[in-house]
Amino acid sequence: MTNTSDTWLLKVEGLTKIYGEPNENSVRLTGPLFGSNICPETDCIVACADINLELFPGEVLGVVGESGSGKSTVVRLLYFDLESTAGVAYFSRYGNGTLNILNESGQKKRYMRNHLMGMVYQNPKDGLNFRFSSGGNIAEKLLMAGNFNVGRIRERATELLEQTEVPVRRLDDSPASFSGGMQQRVQISKAIANNPPLLFLDEVTTGLDVSVQAKVLDMIRTLQQELGIAMIVVSHDLSVIRMLTDRTLVMKNGRIVEQGLTDQILQDPQHPYTQLLVSSLL
Amino acid sequence: MPPILDVRQYTKRFDMHVLNGKRIHALSNVSFSLEPGELVGLVGTSGSGKSTLMKSIYRTYLATSGAILYQSLRYGPIDLVRATDHQIIALRRDEITYCSQFLSVIPRVPAVDVVAESLFRQGIDRDRGQQQSRDYLDRLGLPQELWDAYPSTFSGGEQQRINVARAIIARPRLLLIDEPTASLDQRTKDVVIDMIVALKAGGTSVLCISHDRYTLDRLADRRIELQDGHVVAASEPVS
Ligand SMILES: Nc1ncnc2c1ncn2[C@@H]1O[C@H](COP(=O)(O)OP(=O)(O)O)[C@@H](O)[C@H]1O
Ligand SMILES: Nc1ncnc2c1ncn2[C@@H]1O[C@H](COP(=O)(O)OP(=O)(O)O)[C@@H](O)[C@H]1O
Ligand SMILES: [Mg+2]
Ligand SMILES: [Mg+2]
Repeated sequence: MTNTSDTWLLKVEGLTKIYGEPNENSVRLTGPLFGSNICPETDCIVACADINLELFPGEVLGVVGESGSGKSTVVRLLYFDLESTAGVAYFSRYGNGTLNILNESGQKKRYMRNHLMGMVYQNPKDGLNFRFSSGGNIAEKLLMAGNFNVGRIRERATELLEQTEVPVRRLDDSPASFSGGMQQRVQISKAIANNPPLLFLDEVTTGLDVSVQAKVLDMIRTLQQELGIAMIVVSHDLSVIRMLTDRTLVMKNGRIVEQGLTDQILQDPQHPYTQLLVSSLL
Repeated sequence: MPPILDVRQYTKRFDMHVLNGKRIHALSNVSFSLEPGELVGLVGTSGSGKSTLMKSIYRTYLATSGAILYQSLRYGPIDLVRATDHQIIALRRDEITYCSQFLSVIPRVPAVDVVAESLFRQGIDRDRGQQQSRDYLDRLGLPQELWDAYPSTFSGGEQQRINVARAIIARPRLLLIDEPTASLDQRTKDVVIDMIVALKAGGTSVLCISHDRYTLDRLADRRIELQDGHVVAASEPVS
């Protein structure tokens, strides 16, 4: 959490993802002004466009907006789940921040995912292999990063489950038999197994019971403070954003419509869409 | 020495797009300055713009126009209206704290940790931070059985003590404090006032909103009065 650095960990410029065949007008004719991300000329979908952001070490950045606004697309592009259509991203922990990580080879991207990034998906099935035990899922992430000592892997898996408050006796059980909240805890354990400086969290509490949601959020907050991981937290829920983040981006129809300090976004929202979003919270 | 804070022609208008474009002119051309180590009392009737001014300095509110010049240790002279969000985050961590009128906290965090939060953010270790926090809670007379409880369940006066303690524990350079003594009994009020006096003696500059005559008589070097978003009266320093 302590962020004494004056420089970014991650810097993104012009990040764009288009599904289908765009023409030269597709970006210009979509977005909040048009209330749509579908190009009227070619029917391509501009899932996100012109995304610029800087994330500082140890900082928590929120991304909020209605369903379909492009939030997941942004983090999935940065985690290399998706291929970008345009844009650049620099990561200070890779190649001294001089390389566009979006253009690196598949092998290099896997290296970054395994050593320097973590992702927690809304659906535990996207982040966990239900045919493995919970310990096995964590082991997989550790193995990918080149840790082959079985004793050490088990030790680390135990430590992570303790940290995320998953009963350690469930180490050898498949997460398939776990409650939703516990599945998310295992997913978080796996995502932070290699102590990455950067973690993406995509709607991790959406769909959980309110009391379970609260416990997962508390745990994320505690982990963030203890480990000082920089996070991008995606949520359609402003109360999650309020609780976890320092700064917030607001998205609509694939664009950032407003960004600022989280307390400013919540108390003095500028964009009509943000005002609508905030007023529905009150 | 230049003023530590120099508010120049500051104007704040709220444009409520969802309410048929209603506009609220909360502050108009407000100018005043705060000298290093000075405590200025901000007074005015309810709705006159006092909290808006404070939140504007803290950058919870964005300016419509004007400038707010602050002499920072880290950045030198910096306009808080135009500073980047990351600069504001660093200033909030190291130099400027804001104590709102009502406590708003992260749920399910115990009182000791709520109070020590700014220390943790500065990298002070947990034990030392909590120790200092308990010391403040003790001096403010918060019953010991509440130290590890969640402030959201506390009474108004208890919450206010938490709120004051968390704002002053890290000895900020600039303290913005909104009604610090409003729901306190006389004894606790005096403790809070003594704490602010001590902070000031250590060099902190303070902007303090208060309706309480006693509090301002004891604390304020001078007063600024707002009416309908305008500065209507500014008294000279007493000394
Ligand atoms: N594989 C795909 N093919 C076509 N359109 C897609 C695909 N994936 C996502 N989209 C579209 O991209 C837009 C942004 O989606 P997404 O990033 O998932 O939004 P959010 O996470 O904000 O709900 C949506 O309109 C969605 O329908
Ligand atoms: N976040 C806000 N959004 C819209 N209007 C606001 C907001 N904050 C304050 N105002 C308006 O600004 C004016 C001044 O309010 P405030 O600064 O709270 O007054 P005071 O603190 O002097 O009682 C009031 O009309 C109030 O309704
Ligand atoms: Mg999504
Ligand atoms: Mg007020």
